[in-house]
Amino acid sequence: MIKMSRRAWLGMAGAAAAVGVVGLPPLQREGRAAPLPPRELIRRRSFPNLVLTTHEGEQVRFYDDLIKDKFVTLNMMYSTCKATCPLTTANLVQVQKLLADRVGRDLFMYSITLDPKQDTPEVLNAYAKTFGVGAGWKFLTGNPDDIEQLRRRLGFRWANQEMDKNKDFHTGNLRYGNEPLMLWGAVPGLAEPTWVSECILFADWPQNRQKDRERIAEAKSRKASGAGRTGPVVHDHEHH
Amino acid sequence: MHLLKYRLTKRQLDVLKNRKELIKGGISRRDLLKLGLMTSAGVLVDGLSVSRAFGQTTATTVDANGTITGVARSSSQSCGSRGSSLCVVSPPIQPFLDLLPTPRDGTWRIQTPTALSPAPTVAPNTAAGEGRTIAHQAFTQFPPQKFYGITQKAGALSITSDPTIDPQNLWGFAIGTPEQNNPINVPGPLYVEHYNVPILVRNYNRLPPEGQNGGFGKPSVTTHLHNGHTPSESDGNPCNFFEIGQFYDQHYPNVYAGINSTHPGTGDIREALHTLWYHDHRVDFTSQNTYKGLAGMYLLFNDKDTGDELTGFHLPSFPQFDIPMVFNDKVIDPSTGQLFFDLFNLDGILGDRFLVNGKVQPVLHVSPRRYRFRWLNTGPSRFYQFFLTDLTNLGANNTFWQISTDGNLTDKPYQVSSSRVAVSERVDVIVDFTGKAGKTFYIENRLIQNDGQGPSGGLFAAGQGDLILKIVVDGPVVNDNSQNPANITAFYGFPNTTDPVRVERTFVFQNRGDWEINGKIFACDDIRFQVLKNSNEKWTIQNEGFSWHHPVHIHFEEFQTLSINGRAPATSPLVQKGRKDVARLESNDTHVVYFRFRDFHGRYPIHCHNVVHEDHAMMAHWEIVDTGGDTNPRP
Repeated sequence: MIKMSRRAWLGMAGAAAAVGVVGLPPLQREGRAAPLPPRELIRRRSFPNLVLTTHEGEQVRFYDDLIKDKFVTLNMMYSTCKATCPLTTANLVQVQKLLADRVGRDLFMYSITLDPKQDTPEVLNAYAKTFGVGAGWKFLTGNPDDIEQLRRRLGFRWANQEMDKNKDFHTGNLRYGNEPLMLWGAVPGLAEPTWVSECILFADWPQNRQKDRERIAEAKSRKASGAGRTGPVVHDHEHH
Repeated sequence: MHLLKYRLTKRQLDVLKNRKELIKGGISRRDLLKLGLMTSAGVLVDGLSVSRAFGQTTATTVDANGTITGVARSSSQSCGSRGSSLCVVSPPIQPFLDLLPTPRDGTWRIQTPTALSPAPTVAPNTAAGEGRTIAHQAFTQFPPQKFYGITQKAGALSITSDPTIDPQNLWGFAIGTPEQNNPINVPGPLYVEHYNVPILVRNYNRLPPEGQNGGFGKPSVTTHLHNGHTPSESDGNPCNFFEIGQFYDQHYPNVYAGINSTHPGTGDIREALHTLWYHDHRVDFTSQNTYKGLAGMYLLFNDKDTGDELTGFHLPSFPQFDIPMVFNDKVIDPSTGQLFFDLFNLDGILGDRFLVNGKVQPVLHVSPRRYRFRWLNTGPSRFYQFFLTDLTNLGANNTFWQISTDGNLTDKPYQVSSSRVAVSERVDVIVDFTGKAGKTFYIENRLIQNDGQGPSGGLFAAGQGDLILKIVVDGPVVNDNSQNPANITAFYGFPNTTDPVRVERTFVFQNRGDWEINGKIFACDDIRFQVLKNSNEKWTIQNEGFSWHHPVHIHFEEFQTLSINGRAPATSPLVQKGRKDVARLESNDTHVVYFRFRDFHGRYPIHCHNVVHEDHAMMAHWEIVDTGGDTNPRP
């Protein structure tokens, strides 16, 4: 059912782009190539179709297999990180539980290592197992140059060079987005799991909105009634 | 030969050679600039536009009449962050083609009352499609006397008469209901309001559905009136967003702070604020939605600042001699001809083209007399320092009078050579063009900023900055009944800052791999601290450092700055003293500020107004409560 309506949305978005529903169609100018649709430009600029390897040893193409037509989350980590990564991963496991009926079906989570030399698929597999990561969440490694390109293209970077050299400053944010809808945002990975979930769902397919609201309200009331926390208290974290 | 010094590649030269303009006569730097401006924009050479070839090296070029012929500086948003693989640079746009849209000329529309059906209600009218979830707390006490409809929707608008630039697909505010189907305005229609005349604005969300945003923007909105003394449910809180098809009624009492507390029935006129603005504040998507056009201005007059130079403080009359100016910087994507927004950026984003009231580098004609200009910087991330430049006399110090900080009148006018305006700050100035007939001036931004983090330190030399607005003193000689600011010894004066405070709190704005305040992360339902209604507080607002600057905005209440880095706020060369709603934290700055929280209750945010930082959670929620309140010193 979700698949059906999602396809319908994709169709609508495509049709809108074709006839320029949003505003005036771009003018064709002498000597200028036909303008690219914005979705295509975002792909070219931010989603290189690099070959990566998952923690399960599968070879995937970043755009074709992981991003295209999908509703996703993206973050960066590395297995030996002692700063925010372990807390973030544990927090995101709680998020995955909150969104259990979505992750792996029409929401996909990706964690890309910042240390591809050390983090082989085997290392990442062990890491995922340690944290109890469920299906629909892939840990990704690859050629170090490719990973560095991905980091920059996905904006896990700081203009401050001192900070940009420190891997630990690239592990704080979780990006969420919906590729065909061109909706992209970010939330700190250590925020309350209910809030992280709420933010992720800002990029959800519109027809799910009502269900999303109910889901979050239910999670909050569970939390309020003391029926077990959804995640660790992670307000005061320290960098090392 | 001399082309070599501009470091053009052979391929770029080949392209230039194809231009028949080049074949004529000698080639000067100025000619090349003109050529770049006049050839069909966006002619791409291996992804490199002609302007790009010059973008890094050119400064302004001036002809004998003091008229600028070219301007191409400033890093674009994507070239700002070193290490980026993106570098999107606008095609050249010929400057100074368009008149500045003004309420004076009717080219900036003023909001007009609208019949609303169904009639507004105290409780949210959920059945009729209202997105509000909280009842109005002051609707009965201050019943609205004017009703407005405003519709947020998409539209295409020209930002320049340069024929090489397409109309831009924007999101904006249209006067009236969706059924009236009026065109959008960017900036939004101007509200011209008066103290003690409460109004109600019904905001309709009719933005296009997801998938039709042209690459950025979320069609889910909440409109903040920055910085009205507004009950929380009408404030435009980031978490009170509403969706396509819904509407949201916002009740603006337009009363002075103190009306339900220290100054019952009247409020304290010393808390008056006159230059406000409104903008989308949707949590996580504010930068995208405001950049797309969802921002406008809101003026508030009273019996002192009357809009009539024959009365009150005798400030220049509105709209003839009182000109609001909305500044922002944008990038036009040469690949689409449309606005470019860098979706994957954490530091802040810069534009390389400058708009005032929706037009690229426009022109204003004035008469030789005094004018009030109201400067607003809507961001997303750039700080400005505005000078008045006469290109024929770069050594001249063209002073003017600053009369407000963030729309609040200062204790008296201060004569300055420049004013600094961070994102969301407002500065009202009086410029005297008496005796300047025949001259041309430019509002020039001389503040050097190379990326979204904040100013890099230092100023450009006169004439070497960005000339953003051209002002030609060629209007007829007219009467000037406004008061000479040199003779204004006082406006309202400031309330005291010595009444005891209930609590002192500290807020450290920091980067720990994400944006945080006091080491804590934002969530909509996480109320960090509670302020007791009708109590005073002293806050220390601190930038932890590194290279980021943070213009910190606190909703609802104006503060007075007690100290900046341990020193009393200055009045020269920049005016720091006064009542404000934005603490402009530059690197390592610490501001101590004094607040009175009065009259209404509910939740409000404190946040960085570099909207990219804000969207990445540099925000905290707090709440005014009728009883209790906590004493957390570091919430």
